[in-house]
Amino acid sequence: MQSVLKRATRSSIVFARRCRRYHASVLPSLISPASPEFREKANAMDLLVADLEVKLEHARQGGGPKAAERMRSRGKKLPRERLSLLLDPHTPFLELSPLAAHEVYPEHIPGAGMITGIGRISGRECMVVVNDATVKGGSYYPLTVKKHLRAQEIAREHGLPCVYVVESGGAALPHQANVFPDKEHFGRIFYNMAQMSALGIPQIALVHGISVAGGAYVPAMADENIIVAEQGRIFLAGPPLVKAATGEEVDEETLGGGLMHSSESGVTDHLARDDEHAIAIARGMVGDLGIAGWKATGPSAVPEDPVYPASELHGIVGTDSRQAFDMRDVIARIVDGSRFREFKKEYGPTMITGFAHVHGYEVGIVANNGILFSPSALKATHFIQLCSQRQIPLLFLVNVTGYMVGSKAERGGIAKDGAKMVRAVACADVPKLTVIVGGSFGAGNYGMAGRAYSPRFLWMWPNAKVSVMGSGQLSQVMATVSKDPNQHSSLKADIEAQSTALYSTARLWDDGVIKPVDTRDVVGLGLALATRERPTSRGRGSVGSTTWDGDGKGFGVFRM
Amino acid sequence: MVCQPRTLVQPAVSRRRFTTAVQNSLSSERKPHFDKILIANRGEIACRVIRTAKKLGIKTVAVYSEVDANSLHVLEADEAYCIGPAPSAESYLRMDKIIDVCRRSGAQVGSVSSSVIYGFLSENAKFAERLAEEGIVFIGPPSSAIVSMGSKSESKNIMSAAGVPCVPGYHGANQDADLLFAEAEKIGYPVLIKAIHGGGGKGMRVVSSASQFKDALASAQRESLKSFGDEDVLVEKYIERPRHIEVQVFADTLGNAVSLWERDCSVQRRNQKIIEEAPAPGLSPDLRADLSAKAVAAAKAVNYVGAGTVEFIFDNDTEKFYFMEMNTRLQVEHPVTEMITGLDLVEWQLEVAAGNPLALSQVQIPLVGHAFEARIYAENPRNDFLPDSGPLLYLDTPKPTHVFARPIPPLPHNDSCSELDSVKRSPDTSTHMVPSMRLEQGFTQGAQIGVFYDPMIAKLVVHGRDRTSALRALRRALEEYKVVGVSTNVEFLRMLAGNGAFINGEVETGFIKKHYEDLFPAVESPSAELLAQAALFVALREHPIQSAGLSTPWTTLTSRRFGGDVYERTISIQPDDASADPTRVSLKSISPGHFDITVHSATPMTFTGVLARLVSPTTLSTTLNGASTEITIVSQRPPPSHPASRATNTMERLHVFSVSGTKTTLAIPSPAYLLSLGQGVLTLSKGALHAPMPSLVVEVKVSIGDRVEKGQPVVVLESMKTETVLRAEVAGVVNAVGCAKGEMVEEGRELVDIKEDE
Repeated sequence: MQSVLKRATRSSIVFARRCRRYHASVLPSLISPASPEFREKANAMDLLVADLEVKLEHARQGGGPKAAERMRSRGKKLPRERLSLLLDPHTPFLELSPLAAHEVYPEHIPGAGMITGIGRISGRECMVVVNDATVKGGSYYPLTVKKHLRAQEIAREHGLPCVYVVESGGAALPHQANVFPDKEHFGRIFYNMAQMSALGIPQIALVHGISVAGGAYVPAMADENIIVAEQGRIFLAGPPLVKAATGEEVDEETLGGGLMHSSESGVTDHLARDDEHAIAIARGMVGDLGIAGWKATGPSAVPEDPVYPASELHGIVGTDSRQAFDMRDVIARIVDGSRFREFKKEYGPTMITGFAHVHGYEVGIVANNGILFSPSALKATHFIQLCSQRQIPLLFLVNVTGYMVGSKAERGGIAKDGAKMVRAVACADVPKLTVIVGGSFGAGNYGMAGRAYSPRFLWMWPNAKVSVMGSGQLSQVMATVSKDPNQHSSLKADIEAQSTALYSTARLWDDGVIKPVDTRDVVGLGLALATRERPTSRGRGSVGSTTWDGDGKGFGVFRM
Repeated sequence: MVCQPRTLVQPAVSRRRFTTAVQNSLSSERKPHFDKILIANRGEIACRVIRTAKKLGIKTVAVYSEVDANSLHVLEADEAYCIGPAPSAESYLRMDKIIDVCRRSGAQVGSVSSSVIYGFLSENAKFAERLAEEGIVFIGPPSSAIVSMGSKSESKNIMSAAGVPCVPGYHGANQDADLLFAEAEKIGYPVLIKAIHGGGGKGMRVVSSASQFKDALASAQRESLKSFGDEDVLVEKYIERPRHIEVQVFADTLGNAVSLWERDCSVQRRNQKIIEEAPAPGLSPDLRADLSAKAVAAAKAVNYVGAGTVEFIFDNDTEKFYFMEMNTRLQVEHPVTEMITGLDLVEWQLEVAAGNPLALSQVQIPLVGHAFEARIYAENPRNDFLPDSGPLLYLDTPKPTHVFARPIPPLPHNDSCSELDSVKRSPDTSTHMVPSMRLEQGFTQGAQIGVFYDPMIAKLVVHGRDRTSALRALRRALEEYKVVGVSTNVEFLRMLAGNGAFINGEVETGFIKKHYEDLFPAVESPSAELLAQAALFVALREHPIQSAGLSTPWTTLTSRRFGGDVYERTISIQPDDASADPTRVSLKSISPGHFDITVHSATPMTFTGVLARLVSPTTLSTTLNGASTEITIVSQRPPPSHPASRATNTMERLHVFSVSGTKTTLAIPSPAYLLSLGQGVLTLSKGALHAPMPSLVVEVKVSIGDRVEKGQPVVVLESMKTETVLRAEVAGVVNAVGCAKGEMVEEGRELVDIKEDE
């Protein structure tokens, strides 16, 4: 932050302008950190965060020390070591869904056997997808596929060059039905690679180990790739299958080794001596990407820390979703200088809308402060249109129990007004970021840019809850529609368990559970990505395919 | 950062000029200065003369050899002429070329025909004569004085006649044992019996009493006969604890001569001075008076003119001193005299050469405080002070406070003062003064040191109220003097300046030998702290450079990990020694600027919560174990074309200067793949021979088309005064020769390529 402050003093003009613009907008802090309530909430959140840290640390160990040792003994770097070497030293890394597949499968599949995230390589933000071969040989479980596809989706939406660090045996065969055939299954990975390449988003693959069957297409589909000699192997079928199919007996190195592919087949472009060499080549490659990929743009204002400490977020929000809190206290600890120019403050007060900056990036904030009534929904709709018109990205800070129910609300047309808001969110022509701070229940989830509304990123706090309705209401509803009390109680417990952040993140309903204190930085990184400049279209206009927006951009890079 | 003494404002200068002007105006027949002088020298001394000339408004002409074309003295002079190739014998020692430059430069500007010289040839009588013939003024003594003082025996006779004591001894041809004994008795014990043709301590005996003389003589003669085939010996006074004390004298053309007090240059290595001080410690006013009187007498005995130094050998035990020789030039160590007298001796030389009288009489000459000069050499003290050579890759010096000596008001003129009383002085240590420091350097960062010429890089000159405060200032200045590229004696000088015996003034010529253990403590392997700091430097310097525009969180949120990852790095570091094992250092970023560090040495050390940041590209600030320090680390990358290998000169080296100025060189081993790639290149170019270090090509033994056998000598190089023979690594035919005899080659240059037999 120091350099930032230095810069602030340097550009006194910016400073002066900022002062004029915001001098009255600094949010007050009305909380009392010494109160027993605050302390109780803080303690509860501290526990949840500590538990999250334990789970993250466990996931970070991948397949465990034995598997790690096995990899090391073969002269290989561990997946996280590869990642660390690949990234620019001293730069941030925004990891995605590190707790994917947490307690989903009978076996322990930390991170769904894959590390994905956005980091800087040779000064460019890239999407990095690393197979974790310490976890079941890096094979693709259904959630592994989902995580891979989500990473590609983010890369495509932000024009991020993709670097695939490959070491995988391909689909996990027992799960093939949930991995292979559907639209959003294995094949989609290569479909995405082809389309991104055509869209000018470079696809780079490093082959550190086995890359077989479907996996073989990752390097094969890449624009440029690297293979590690006597370690990386690419083949459509391994020696046992070859023998079964044709009777040919051949060893792995002959069948698909680095030297063969680099000198004979041309499947690979660079032959590296070891893992480190391959990574050094890859870093050079990213340095040579020219104008491919989208361009990062700087923030519009000088970044500034909030006035109030982020650590107080724990005690403000707490972990009990039924306990109300003022979302402005959260906003005050996320936005630059705690300045928030609130829009329609007095109208529809259960909805908070207004403009702020995060890490210098302009953002329109839509946040909940209670149940959504018609005026709240209308206010949000108005505000979303404003942001859309001004091309200001939207940040949804979610703590919503839903839209108001009851005859008065229905007579007031809550369904119609809620629909306006949902329509506005769905069609807003600006990047959306969603952070679920508390609950995200019912139709409120739609209006507040839930997963189905394709926010660029969706993060959850450890205490966050996502479900069709609160478990209390749900069991009451069940009591009226069903007569079996056993079913009620077990259902209530199920719903309770299925609405947690951990349950959500394990299934990739979000992009990760974040610590409340990291919200500002994570959102800042997201905004920096969201504001990347899309290259101006060189295409012919709107003729052509309706399912493919790459018209006029050709086929990407064919491997020759 | 390189200090630029030239840009320093020196408020005292104007006052100094004023006093000079006053005195000059008093002398009605004051002769004008030269308009232009030629400085027939290079390096710091040439720069020193140019500075005074500039101060006085005198134009300067520099001469330079081909390799010195971009050196500091050339840049600072008003005009400069190339006088030939690098070797001194072909350039700086070529009288004809220098005289030619005198004519050319004088004619060009059409000024006064007198050009003047300092230099390599400053003690060359023939040169002085030649100049006189050409009508060029030589700034230096008359050739007759040079001749007289150039001959040891003649000078001793002249001195004896003038009442200047010489080392008593018998050098006669008569080798009768009784005669030798009588001579020994005359000289007084202890005496030294020395084989005339002896050397290396053979045929040498110290005799401390009459009873031992005969036996010692016999054994010395025996040994001499055995070793040199000749048993002739000489007998001399043996001085057990000698000191080298010299007196700076100045004489004008009018017959005046003064002493500017003495200097002590006792502490020497390889018979060369490295540290000098003025005044000599521990001299009584009477002794000082005696030394000065004898030195002035010596100068007068040869009708000396200008700056001269009368060197004495001083017996620490008897407090007697003996004439050794007289140097007829301004010496390297003249600044210490300038500091205690507040004078500019170059200015004095110019005045005298112009025919003006000395500016001050003996009684007026101040003697204030204490001054030291430390000579910084490119050399390797731990390897018998062998000279080193190479480029000054990085040079950071302490900031000098003064360009010239801080002026000191002259004492009042007093006609009634006797000649002896005027030199009977103790240094004035009563004046409170902030220590001053001068830096006399002839090179800047990037210069090549010590291949063709003297490997002296610079001189640090300090002046304090008394000896201890001057020494303190010297130590401090040495701590701040940082050189990368060549090994230097800076650390040795620092040890010396902090040595208890030296601080107590117990100087003698055998000082280094006597205190060797203290001066050269065992080299410790790099501490865990140091390795941790080096690793932090490596990690932090890769911090992305902020772009000119507004910064994005992708650069400002350094090493932050979101979603469970941890920023961790392991950096291997090894001492600058190919056989040493690397130590792994793991860094874990715990919050911005804070690290947990584990040094995986034999006993792993962990530092937690280390605060670190790079203050500048070469300055690392760390808070380690509660100690907050700023250290300098300079990275020296190998020539990029060097294939990686296990030799440390193909690795990146980190030169770490601790707070106390101690330099430790560490190397970062190349990753396995670079070694593997490097091996590939080396195998491909097995026949190519590269210069292992910057060196001079002494001989090229092959030419293109020659057949060579494996192991056959191909090129002979000289570096650090040591010859290296490069031999063919393969048998084959010489394909290319990339160097020539007498050429200076940089490290890594391909010298010869041999096409291996199929």
